[in-house]
Parts: sequence; structure tokens; C-alpha cells
Amino acid sequence: MKRVLSRLGLRSIALAYLAVILVGPLLIVFWRTFQDASAAWDALTTPETIHAFKLTLIITAIAVPVNTVFGIVCALAIVRKRFWGKGLLNAFIDLPLALSPVVVGLALFLLYGDDGWFGGWLSEHGIQVLFALPAMVIATIFVSLPFVAREVVPTLREIGDDQEQAAFTLGASGWQTFWRITLPSIRWAVIYGVILTTARCLGEYGAVAVVSGRLQGETETATLRVQERWEAFDVAGAYAISIVLAMIAILVLVAMTAIRPKEERA
Amino acid sequence: MSILVRNVSKRFGDFVALDDVSLDVESGALTALLGPSGSGKSTLLRIVAGLETADAGEILLAGKDATALAPQKRNVGFVFQHYAAFKHMTVRENVAFGLKVRKRPKAEIADRVDELLNLVQLQNFGHRYPAQLSGGQRQRMGLARALAPEPQVLLLDEPFGALDARVRAELREWLRQLHDVVHVTTVFVTHDQDEAMEISDQIAVINHGKLEQVGSPRELYDEPATEFVMTFVGDAQPLGDVLVRPHDLELSAEPTDGAVEAMIVRVTLLGRDAKVELHDTSGAEIVALMTRADFDDAGFWRGQNVWLSPRHERVFESA
Amino acid sequence: MVFVGLPLAALMWEATSEGSQSFWDAVSSPEAVAALKLTVGASLGVSVLNAVLGTITAWVLVRDEFRGKIIVNAIIDLPFALPTIVAGLTLLALYGPTSPVGIDVAFSRTAIVLALMFVTLPFVVRTVQPVLQELDPEVEEAAHSLGASQTRTFVRVILPNILPGILSGVALAFAKAVGEFGSLVIITGNIPFQTEVSSVHIFGRIESGDSAGAAAVATVLLGISFLTLLSIGVIRHYATRHDR
Repeated sequence: MKRVLSRLGLRSIALAYLAVILVGPLLIVFWRTFQDASAAWDALTTPETIHAFKLTLIITAIAVPVNTVFGIVCALAIVRKRFWGKGLLNAFIDLPLALSPVVVGLALFLLYGDDGWFGGWLSEHGIQVLFALPAMVIATIFVSLPFVAREVVPTLREIGDDQEQAAFTLGASGWQTFWRITLPSIRWAVIYGVILTTARCLGEYGAVAVVSGRLQGETETATLRVQERWEAFDVAGAYAISIVLAMIAILVLVAMTAIRPKEERA
Repeated sequence: MSILVRNVSKRFGDFVALDDVSLDVESGALTALLGPSGSGKSTLLRIVAGLETADAGEILLAGKDATALAPQKRNVGFVFQHYAAFKHMTVRENVAFGLKVRKRPKAEIADRVDELLNLVQLQNFGHRYPAQLSGGQRQRMGLARALAPEPQVLLLDEPFGALDARVRAELREWLRQLHDVVHVTTVFVTHDQDEAMEISDQIAVINHGKLEQVGSPRELYDEPATEFVMTFVGDAQPLGDVLVRPHDLELSAEPTDGAVEAMIVRVTLLGRDAKVELHDTSGAEIVALMTRADFDDAGFWRGQNVWLSPRHERVFESA
Repeated sequence: MVFVGLPLAALMWEATSEGSQSFWDAVSSPEAVAALKLTVGASLGVSVLNAVLGTITAWVLVRDEFRGKIIVNAIIDLPFALPTIVAGLTLLALYGPTSPVGIDVAFSRTAIVLALMFVTLPFVVRTVQPVLQELDPEVEEAAHSLGASQTRTFVRVILPNILPGILSGVALAFAKAVGEFGSLVIITGNIPFQTEVSSVHIFGRIESGDSAGAAAVATVLLGISFLTLLSIGVIRHYATRHDR
């Protein structure tokens, strides 16, 4: 009897914890928004908001493929090759996870700003990085760097290189082996990593806030716009954008749940 | 195709895997590399395949120096202990892989795959995935896959090591029959002396990275060149200064010149044989094997003191 | 590696560009110190809370069976999927001035704890779950058959095994909490000396053109991140010592 009680007790604690912190707040926002759906729709369709969404998508569309390729290459290097500095590479890949986004933004700001290390050279050649798309893309790439690599490394390690050796003995070149054997065997880990990377790119705020200059209609992403609308006392607007982002987040959760078992089985 | 191994050495850090090994593998024969775990036999096989590179020495395939040749170019088929199946491909696709990589025409590939699946008796499993096959079936697939591109040499690395005893015995026999049909130079690695003795034409015994002896199964058993070979291939035990096989011990109820005295402590009757366990005067254990017929004739009993003399003995210089 | 290293090098360079005295001034200004104290204190508190609640949640997810468990398991990852700014907004909706249940903790330190709990929720849960899953039930059965009670078994048999998982989850949560920005911006009001955390402080320094000052404090945060990463590595090394 005591065991049943303690089991139910624990379950209630856990569920209450999740409800209070996660679910409750989200539900309230949904509820409030749909109470006044037309205001929400108006807020969503202003030119600045549409531009903000577009910008977020463009940045994500650039950052995700870059980090995917980078992640796969790094994972292959870490697991399959021996070289000096391997531990360092591993640590560097994990670094963006432990850094505050504001610190990241500041570092990039210092690098690419007019007084920065690259800034002088860049402005001489008329290339604008800071307060424009390039800086925002770089910031987003930085913060979403680790995910594909971190997912692929353990999978690669577990699979081992037997299949690749078999392919070699059967006459396949390095490239053929990569495309036909290695990549298919890690595909679920890559997909899972891509999902995580995409979610991170869509949701990035701090680093982009520092480097973008937050010019409405030009360098404002969806997340930046949420804050802008809130400060402009446009609660409905802020909620509306948040709902869209939240719905994307839920889709991400669904995708993660669907793919996780496949990834674990590989 | 002949394989010549010349003075091959290989170390991993401080560990010496192979120490100046030279070996001639007969063309068309079924050769076993036999030795205990860690003896270097798998390393040697992988060097022949090009999956590892030797620190010193040469490998000659069909008379040509292949030492620096990549595995892709050596035209060797390799079968792995844990199958190395391409998990995301069907059985047919696995077997076809070597041919697809060589860009053979589709029709030719299909025919060859059919031919091989029939050979390994997996003709009904073509569209299954490796995960749906048993261990033995996966290994047969591995064999078919390795044979598909018509390699000149077939190398197997403890091919039956991951399978249970009954399947192992079946596949072992089956490999021999396959070899009789396909006639490709085959080298397989094993630590199981029964396996090596049963099916090979030629056995190379390797221990601690050194080649101990090469010869036919009969030669290794009857004329072992070193103490290791004698104790590894077949049983052998010390009797005083010499090494004797259990069935080469003559038991006599009467004291004989130069014989060792021992007491029978246990008798086990195993089918046709009688296994007699004895303790000599210092308490050391000795095992003698004889036929039931001989045992019954002699009428030995437990507790009896007998005298042992060897029929054939081997003496080796102490290491 | 260059991509990551270069910006950080620039950061540290700038931090010391106006001399070590001004570095020290920036770092030890009353506002900076208050922000740092608040940041570290809140992060530590939240990490401890996470250790307990996260472990309980992981336990329930692994050992308990109930309808809808899959959904509950999926929700844990919400803080990973949801933008931080949206998280702050939703917390404000439920626990701010317009709260339907009358709880208003906006612009207070409680709000900081709340927001940090949100963003760090998954960490301990996700590091403890796999370890609990791997635990051989036979080990517990052996303990019970030898007479150990539930509690004793937990403390002596289970806890030592999941402790590295808890610790690495705590370290990850701490690292995230220390640097958290987006979720705090709206709900805390960023009142200096009261509800301003270091990341917001740095942001303020940047906006007022004090790059060096911002960089100085940022370097402190960087140091904390490095230390945390290091400790995670040490924990991992320690945790696998019995497997070697």
C-alpha cells in the first residue's frame, strides 16, 4: 500500500512540476490569443511581421545546412581519425552550448564592428556584416553549431567501421563508401540533429539581438519582433507571433518524439 | 592465386602483433591461420587484405607486390566475424554491392546475385533485411557478398566465432564443400583447432606474433615442430621430461623399466573411449585415453597403481 | 575551431584593451557585482531544485506506467524547442499582472527563478533518464533479497549510480542558467541591483557603448562557462571509471 502511495505521490509531484512550469503558461497564451483571433490575425499580417518571419526562415535556411555539413565532417573526424587536438575540437564543439547568447553576440560585435578586428577591412571593401544579415547568420550558426555533431558522434561510434571496411574490400572508394554506406547508417542521427538545429535557429534571441541592430522591417527576426511588440504595448501582436513560434515548437516536439526511437535503434 | 607473406612485422604501440612472419599460401587451397586470442592471426589476415599496413615486410599477390596497394584494388573478398552487413540494404543489395561499385550492367548483376544466393541457399531471402536473418544466414550472405565480384582470394576472419556451436559445425562443413566447388584460394582465421583440423588443406600455427609451424593437419598432429604446436593442436601433457598425448600412454599393471608410477583416481567411459585420470607420486594429474575394448581387456580399476610409459614421445628444448 | 575561437579571442582582447585597471573597475562596479551575485545565486538555487525535481521526473518517466506518458516525455523537451523570449512571455501571462490565478511575481526575483526553472527543466531529466534505464533491476532485487528497505536500496544502490548523471545534468543546467537572457528580458523588468542578471547587464553596457566594460563582465561569464564545461568532463571521466 505504501508503495502504491509513494508511486502516485511521485507521479503527482512530477506532473505538477511540469504543469506549473511548462504547460500552464503555454495554455494561457493559447487561450488568450484565440479569445481574440481576428486581432491576432491582423497582427500577424502586418508587413513588418511578415518580413520578420521571412528573415527568420532565411537565416535558418542558411544556418541549418551549413551546420549539418560541418557536424557530419567533424563527427567523422572525431570518431574515425587520429590527430593532435582532437580533444580540443570536441570541447570547442560543445562550447556554444555553455555560452550566454549575449556573450556570443558581443564577441561577434567586437570582431566585425567598425573598430573590430575584421571591421576595418570589411568596411573598406564595402561589405557590411554587423547590423545586417551576415552577422545574424553567423551568430545563428555559432549558437546552433553543436547539435548535429553531438547526435552523430555516438551513433558513428556505436556502428563501428566494419561496414566501411567491408565496402573497401568490395572495391568501393572513400567517396562511394561515404554516400552508400556511412551516410545511410547515420541518417536518423543526422535528421534528429537537424531538427534540434532548426529549432535552435528559429528560437535564437540573445546573440542576434546584439548584432542585428533590430531595425524593424530590415534586421528584425520573429523572436526580436515579439519583444518589440511587447515594448510597444501591442500585447495581441506579441502573443500572436509567440503562438506561431509555439506551434512550430510543438511540431518540433512531435518530430523529435517520432524520430527518437529510430535514432536509438540504429 | 598464391599469397606470399615475406618478413611481415607489425606493432600497436608497445604491443608486438607480428614478428617477422613469412608464409607461403598454396594457390587454390583452404588454409587456416590457427592460434590463441591475441596471437596476431587476425592482424596478418587484415594486412593481406589491405585493411592494415605492415610496419615491415611485403605481401605478394600472384607474384606482384601488393604491400602498398589499397584494399579496393587487391581483389580480395573479406568475411567479417560480426558479418559487417549493410544494415540498410536488403540481402540482394548487399550481395550486389561489389558489382554495383564496379558499374556492371544491371542484368549481369541480377544474374550473378541469383547465382550466389542459390549457392549459399538464401534464394528465398533476397528481399529481407539483415536484421531479419539469423546469424548463420547473415554470414552466408557475407560470403555471397564477398564472392560476388569474383575475388582471387577469399579471406575469413573468425567467420563462425559469433555463432552457436551447432551452427558453427554446420557452416564449417559447408565452407569446405563450398571451397570444393568454387576453388578460390581461401584463408581463414580461427582459434578453434578442431575447426582448423577438420576442413583445412594447410594450417599455419601462430603464437605471440610468430609463426610456429606450417603444414597439413596430419603433419601438425604427428610431427609438431614446437611444444606450443603439440599442446595447441591436440592434447599433450608432460610426463617427466617428455610431452605425451593421452592416447599414446601405455598402462601396465606390472612395473616396467623407466615407467612412471601413478594411481588411477577416476575412470570415465565415453562411448567408444575410456578416459583414465591418474595422479603420479607427486600428485600431478595425468590423463590417459584408450579404447573401451583395451580398458575392459586390462580390467583396470579405481585406486589401482599402474605404470605409465609413452608410445610416442616428443622432446622439445625448453624455451 | 577558428570560427569559434576567433570571436572569443576578440572578446578577451577587448576586455583587456583599456588596461587591467579598467577591467577590474568594470567587473567590480556595484552594478556588475550585484548582477553577478544574483546570476550565480539564482543559477545555483535553480540547479539544486532541478536536481531534486528532475530526478523525480526522470524516475517517474522510467519506472512508472500511465496513459499519456509519451506525451509527458515529449513535453520535457519544450524548453529546447520554444524560443526563450516566448517562454518568458508565457510565464508572464500566467504569473504576471494579468494572471488568471492571481499570482503576480513579475519584476521580482521569484520571476528569475521561475524563468530559469523553465529553461533548465530538461537537463537533469535527460541526463538521469538513460542511466536509470540502464540500471539492471536485478541489482535492486539482490539488495532487497539481502534485506535492504526501499529507502536504503535507493540511497546505497541506486543513488551512487545515477549521481554522475544528476551532477552532469546540474552542471549543464547551471551553465545554461548563468547565461540565460531571452526569457528574463520581459518578465524581470531588469531592475539594476534587484532583478538584473549579468547577461542583461552586459547587454546594457553594449547598448551604452561601453564595449570594454561589457567585455570585461562577459569574460567573467566566459570563465564560469569554461569551468562548468571542465567539470562536466571531469564528471564524465569519473562516472565511467568502473567501466575501464
